[in-house]
This record gives sequence, C-alpha cells and structure tokens, in this order.
Amino acid sequence: MAILTLREALNQALTEEMERDPSVFVMGEEVAQYDGAYKVTKGMLAKFGPMRVVDSPISEAGFAGLGVGAAMCGLRPVIEMMTWNFAIQAFDQIINHAAKMLYMSGGQYKVPMVIRGPHGAAHMLGAQHSQCVDHMLVNCPGLKIVSTVIPSDAKGLMKSAIRDDNTVLFLESEMLYGRSGEVPDGEYIIPLGVGDIKREGTDVTLVAWNKMVLLALDVAAELEKEGISVEIIDPRTLMPLDEDMIFNSVRKTNRLVVLEEGWGVASFGCHIVDRVVKECFDYLDAPPERVTNLFVPMPYNERLEHEVLPSAERTISAIKAVLYK
Amino acid sequence: MAQKLSNQLLVAFYKEMLLGRRIEERVGQLYVQQKFSGFCHLYIGQEAVGTGCLNAIRKGEDYVITGYRDHFLPIVLGMDPGVMLAELLGKVTGCARGKGGSMHMFSEKLHFMGGHGIVGGQVPLAVGAGWKIKYQKEDNVALCFLGDAAINQGQFHEALNLAAIWDLPCIFIIENNMYGMGTAITRTCSLHNLADRAKGYNMRQAIVDGRNVVNTYNQMKEIVEETRKTSKPILVEIQTYRFRGHSVSDPGNYRTKEEVEKERSRDCLVLLKDIMIQQKAAKEDDFETYEEEIAEIVEKAVTFADESPEPGLEEIHAHVLA
Repeated sequence: MAILTLREALNQALTEEMERDPSVFVMGEEVAQYDGAYKVTKGMLAKFGPMRVVDSPISEAGFAGLGVGAAMCGLRPVIEMMTWNFAIQAFDQIINHAAKMLYMSGGQYKVPMVIRGPHGAAHMLGAQHSQCVDHMLVNCPGLKIVSTVIPSDAKGLMKSAIRDDNTVLFLESEMLYGRSGEVPDGEYIIPLGVGDIKREGTDVTLVAWNKMVLLALDVAAELEKEGISVEIIDPRTLMPLDEDMIFNSVRKTNRLVVLEEGWGVASFGCHIVDRVVKECFDYLDAPPERVTNLFVPMPYNERLEHEVLPSAERTISAIKAVLYK
Repeated sequence: MAQKLSNQLLVAFYKEMLLGRRIEERVGQLYVQQKFSGFCHLYIGQEAVGTGCLNAIRKGEDYVITGYRDHFLPIVLGMDPGVMLAELLGKVTGCARGKGGSMHMFSEKLHFMGGHGIVGGQVPLAVGAGWKIKYQKEDNVALCFLGDAAINQGQFHEALNLAAIWDLPCIFIIENNMYGMGTAITRTCSLHNLADRAKGYNMRQAIVDGRNVVNTYNQMKEIVEETRKTSKPILVEIQTYRFRGHSVSDPGNYRTKEEVEKERSRDCLVLLKDIMIQQKAAKEDDFETYEEEIAEIVEKAVTFADESPEPGLEEIHAHVLA
C-alpha cells in the first residue's frame, strides 16, 4: 500500500485504465502539455501521446459534446473540466444529451464517459469559482455521480467510473489534491453506489461527502471529548445512493445530521432527509438537521467566505440540537 | 453539375423522394386525425437533400446525425418506414421503442446517431463521431445535418473549431430552408452565404442547390470522397425550402404566397421528373406506377404502425441507466 496524494491516486487510476483499455482517452483544457491545471494528468502525455491525452480549446460545451459523440461510437472519454463551475457551460451536453441518450434511443446508444474535475469552494476565488453543482445534476435521471476527496476512494471509484457504461460525473476538490492517504496498489475497484462508514458511532448519524467528510471527522473527534459518539457516513456516490447504509445507521443512532457544502435550498441533503423521514420515521428521536452554505453568492473576503461555508461550530450546534443538548 | 446519373439511379432516387413526400403527407394526416401528438416537423420540400446526401455515403458505416426534422433520413439509410411511423405513434415496435418520438429517431445499426431536439446540440456529437473515426484510424466520415438557424448557436461554433483544429472527417450540412421556425435567416444572420461561417475556422466550404437531387448527389459524392481522403472537415450549405410550416401547428403566415408558389414551381420532385423525362429514364405513365407502388408501401407502413402494440409500463424504468 502506497501513500499517495489525491492527484496521484487519480493519476494512477487514469493511467492504469488507459493501459488496460485503448479506447480510453483524456481530453480537457491544459491536460497534456501543461500536465493539468491541478497536475492530475502529470506525465500522461509523454506516456500515451497526443491522441490519448488531448489539450482542448476553452470550449466546455464543445468538448463535452465531443465526448458524448465519441462515447456513442464506442470510445471511453474521460473529460476534464478545469472546475465544475466551467462545466455549467456544458450542462446542455450533460443534461440534454449524455443523460438522455440511452433512454430516448430506446436502449441503443450508451454514453460511457467520465466528466471529472474539482467541485465546490477553494479559497477566496469569489462567486463564480466557488460553487457546488451536485444538487443540480443529481436531479437529472440518467447520470451517475461520484463525489470524493479520499485518495483510496478516488482511485477505486475512478476505475469503476471509467469501466461503467453510463456517463459518470466525478467531483473532486481543488483544496485536497495535495492531501495524502494510503492507496492500495494495482487493481483496486470500489463499486459505484456503495457508501463507506468513515467513523463508527452510536449517538448520531452524520452524513457528509467530498471535503465535508474531513470536517465531519474533525467535529467527531472534538465531540468525542464531550462523550458524544458520531457515526460518519460517506455515500461516496450520490447517484446511485447507498440508502441502506444511511437508513441502517439512523435506525441505530435515531438521529440524523446532513453536512453538505453548497446551497441548502432543494439540495441533495434535502433529498437524504426526505428519504430518511419516509423510511425511518419511527426511529427518529429528533427532527433531522442540515448544515449547508448560507444562501448567498460566495463573497471574496476571507472572513465572509468562512462564515458562508459550513463550519465546525455550525455542525456541532446541529449535532447538539438533534441530541437536545 | 453536368454529370449524368444512370436511369436506374434516377428512378431509385425519384421513388425514394416520393416515398419521403407521401409518407410525410400521411404523417400530417395522422397528426390531424390525432393518432399522435407532440411536435412534428415535416420534411416536405427537402427530400432531395436527404436523398442526395445519404446516397453519397457508405450507408451503415459512415455516421449520420441530425436535428429534429428527422423522419426521412433514417428511411434513406435503410430503416423500414413502418418502424419510423411506429415510433411516431409511440409504439414499442418503433425505432426507439416509442420512447423517442418524432424528434428522436435512432438506429445504432444504421449508424444513425439520432434526431436531436436542442438546436445545434447535435453538432459537437458529430465531432465526437469524427474524433472516433480518426482515433481508430478508420476512413469513414461523419455527416451532421443542421438547420440554418443552428449556425447562430454557440455549440455550432465550438464544434466547427474543434473539427478544424484536429482535422476531423466531419461534413457539416446546413439544410438552409430559409427560416428558423418563423424567423427568416436573413433577419438573424449577417452573412449572405451561410457557408461563409467556415471562413472563421479556416475550413473548406461549399454551396449546393438542394432542389436538384442530381446536383446534390454529385456534389456530395465529391465532398464525401474528398473528406474521406483528406480527413478535413467541410461546411456545406444546401439551399432548400420546406413547403409546410416549421411544425404541423404552424400555418406559415410569415411567408408570402408568391414566395411559396415560386418555390413550389421548383419542387425537387418536379425537377427530377423533368430530368427523367428529358433523359428518357422514364415515361409519363411510369410516374403513375411509382405513385401506386409508393402508396402501397406507405399504407403497409401505416398499418404496421397502427396495429403495433404500445410499450408496456415496464418500459418506463428501462434504459434510464445501462
């Protein structure tokens, strides 16, 4: 088992899959000669050549659409979006084309494509570069969505995503490409739709994904000192969602908090709460709580940005609220 | 284009275009009879474009994609007209199991990558097909049909640029019927020749008279072979006209009677008939026989579609994910 950063784990998954399957290619802005805006594709141009590691113009809709067409014809594109903020330019291709092709062709045209890139806020990038779009995309049938920053999860899930016959949207985080963790060598596969218990606990279920998992771990360590035992569920894939893992945890702890980055109006956290209330109503000892961004565009100023994003303080309050403490 | 076509080919083209005309007329009737609903964009008047272009390619090998005026193209590629009609009527025997509809005909077997409902959205997909051809070192081409109004969409421009910088074997075909829905293209595009959009991408271009199928076929044959050989994209403007409204619910009040009359006088079917008589490819009587032959095919297709079963409710959840 090696210690790899998130970017190295992703690089390893991409490299191994490209070595295994010649129909896999990587395309995006700065992915080849520049080694990737965040160096995820570092060294891959030299290894695979310019037909398989392809620098694109700044044309998100264009090259996302190229990916859809190439996937329909049998290739397996991995499209890098420099950030998911830019991918909004390509939402027509993602929502109107990739997600619907299999269905509206009556099962004839699969779109086995991965679109990947950093998601959510980084640090002081302002309103247009600090958004979460997962809740917008998870609302559209026909897509699978992975959201993770843990290096081992990223490797295992990326390999599954590339082998999947559907369009898989892969959400990472700019802030955590340099964070390290243990990553199994070689063939390491995590199926899409299987969550992970990041920490076992008995008093409250805290559901969190992407970089909120790390905040959740900090909060759980803090609350342990007060004798509060937090169970952290990381769904890892938002679609399909490992509902059973969440339900089983809530049936054990009887309390739910969802910690998510992004706006809280009609968010994915709302969906999780809805499902839990429906399926675990009799087990709940308190109304579920949600911790989200404040409902404002992201301010630039550091102190204001910090206030807008979910914090340890707000998460602890939410947990104490469901515990009536 | 002086090059003559064989009598046999002319007859085949005529029958194919006549099938396109009569089947779309029948589709219009079925719509009025409320046999189906939704949007319905007829190809009437533009048949020479479909026939001229798709007989110039390797059917089933070269890739074809289009917008939502998509009833006739799959038939030219070899789809049973009954299967197309069944799709229109939402039947499970349709080419998309009744889940696509008028704007979403598909046939993977025929390399028909579909009818698409978002103006211009299909253009990058054609570039993806071109990319696959180059990636796999094949010598196929990708044909992308689009309406004149699609050339004002951003995705069209992005797609053309990608095809040009990477030398992809894509043939972008603007079916210029002069109107984007009810708005004349002269009001929405600053260019006189739409093919001039190619200049911005250092791309080859061509203008084709799409009312004359012999011209269209000959010119497209040359363009297709050139593209196959060079793997360089081209933007083709094919000038045509739709005799009906944008969709069946459009009476077409934005066009003058004189304009429509003038266009009807150069109907692609009338022009081809003249050529055939002149070339002695057929006699006046033969055209009656063609009508009878085609009427029979159309009625057989309608009966097949009409009598086909609807998809079962289990189809609702099938094909959401692979």
